[in-house]
Amino acid sequence: MDLALTDEQRMIVDIVRRFVREEIVPLEDDLDPDADELPPEQLAKLVDKVKEMGLYGLDTPPEYGGPDINLVTRCLIAIECSQHRAGLYAPCYYAFGGARQAQLFEATDDQKNKYLYPMLEGKKRVFFGLSEPSGGSDPGRAIQTRAVRDGDDWVLNGTKLWISGADRADYGLLFARTGGPGRTGVTAFIVETQWPGFNVRRIVHTLRSAKYATEIQLEDLRVPHENILGEEGGGFAIANDRLSRQRVPYAAECLGVAIRAHEMAIEYSKIRETFGAPLSSRQGIQWMLVENEIDIRQARWLVMDGAAKADRGEPFRTESAIAKLVASEAAGRVVDRSMQIHGGLGVAKDLPLERWYRELRIRRVGEGPSEVQKHVIARDILGASLR
Amino acid sequence: MAVRLDKQWMPLNADSLRLIAGHLGVYQLGNDAGDIVYIGVAGGRSLFGLKGELQKALEDPPAGATQFRVEVNMAYRTRHFELLQAYWSDHGVLPVANTDVDTRSLGQLRPG
Repeated sequence: MDLALTDEQRMIVDIVRRFVREEIVPLEDDLDPDADELPPEQLAKLVDKVKEMGLYGLDTPPEYGGPDINLVTRCLIAIECSQHRAGLYAPCYYAFGGARQAQLFEATDDQKNKYLYPMLEGKKRVFFGLSEPSGGSDPGRAIQTRAVRDGDDWVLNGTKLWISGADRADYGLLFARTGGPGRTGVTAFIVETQWPGFNVRRIVHTLRSAKYATEIQLEDLRVPHENILGEEGGGFAIANDRLSRQRVPYAAECLGVAIRAHEMAIEYSKIRETFGAPLSSRQGIQWMLVENEIDIRQARWLVMDGAAKADRGEPFRTESAIAKLVASEAAGRVVDRSMQIHGGLGVAKDLPLERWYRELRIRRVGEGPSEVQKHVIARDILGASLR
Repeated sequence: MAVRLDKQWMPLNADSLRLIAGHLGVYQLGNDAGDIVYIGVAGGRSLFGLKGELQKALEDPPAGATQFRVEVNMAYRTRHFELLQAYWSDHGVLPVANTDVDTRSLGQLRPG
C-alpha cells in the first residue's frame, strides 16, 4: 500500500491543518479546559469558513450535498481535526458538520423529508439509541427494550444507557426487540423526543467532563408504524453497519491526538533542561519518543489500510476492527509517555495532555471495547466457528 | 450520586469560606428561604476553584444570596449542566441569577 498523498489530499491536509491551528487552537485559550462546544454565533462563523473550503458535511454523501471525498481523505481530515484540546470528541467543535446518522440515508422518502433533511440543514438534532444496561457491543442479544404492536402504533418500554445527546436531540434512532431472541428480533425506530413516554432520566458522569451520556427510560412510548427505519426485524443490520463504518475515522481521530501529543513531547524535550542538559539528550526520554514514533507509524498504516480497502469496495470489517484496536491503544500509550516527558506540567490543565489522557481511556471502551474488536478479528480469522 | 444537590446549606460568610478549599466542582447559592438563586461552577480556569468563586459571591452576593453549598467534582461541567437541567425541569426556568447561562445549551432532563 502506498501511503503517499495525492496532490489534492496534500492540499486538503494543509488547508485543514491551517484552519485548526489558526482558527480553533487560539479559541481554546479562553475556554474551559474541558469545554466541548462554542456559542452558536461563534460556531456559525467557523461553519461558514468550512463551507468555503468545500468540506462541510464530511459524513454526508455527495448526492445529499456532502463533499465528494473517499474514506482515506476523510481519515486524513479526521487526523488533522482532532489536533486540539477538544479534538478527540469535539473535532473543531463540529464546524465540519458533526456526526451524521448515516442510516437515515436509507430511510423512506417521507422519513427523509421529516427527519433527514432537517438534520442535514442543522435544524434538527439526532441521537443514536442502541446500548442498554445489558450491553451495547452485542445488540442481537443485549437489547431488552420491548416494542409491542398496537394497531397502527408500536408501544415501547425499556431503558437505554450511554446515549449521547438524547437530552438535546429532536429525535433519535432507537432499537427495540419486536420479535424473539437474536438478531432478527431487533427493529430500528425513529423516535421523537417530545413524545409522551420518552424520558431522559439522568446524566451519566464519566472521566470526561465535557460530553456526557444519558440514561433514557421509555414508558409506554407510542411510535407510529411508519417510523420503523428499514424492515421490521432489520435493526441489527442497521446497528452493525454503523458500528463498522464508524471505526476507521474513530481510529483516525485517536491517531491525530497521538501525533499532536508526540510533537509536543519532542518540542518540550528539546527545551527542558535537567541536570545541565536537555531532556532530549537522555536515553530514557529518547526511547519514549522512539516508542511514540513506532506506535504512531503502526497505527497510521493500519488506519489507512482499513480506509483504502473500504474505498476499493473490499470487505473491511476486520481491518476497521484492527485499526480501532491498535490506534486507540497506541494513542493512549503515546499520550501517557508524552505526559511523563512533560513532568508536572503534563498532568496540569494548562496543557491538553491530561484531557486527552482521560478521554483516550474511554476510547478503548467506546464504539466497541478492545476485546470486542479482538473477537471480531478472531471470528474473521477462524471463519464462522465462533459465532 | 443524587441528581439534585442535597447537601447542607452553609452561611455565606468569611468563617464558612475558611472551610472551603480550591477544588474544582459545583456550588449553589441560596437566599434566606432556602431557594436556589444561582447554580455555579468552579472550572479549570477558576483561579482558586470553589473557594475563589464563593469569595466572589461573598463580595457581591447575587440576588440576595445568604448561603451556599458545594460539591467537589472533577466532572464539573457535566455536573453543572445536570444541576441546571434538573432545576429547569422542576421550575420551568433557571435560578434568578443564572443570567450567564445560554439556555440553548441546555437539554431536557426529566429526573422524575
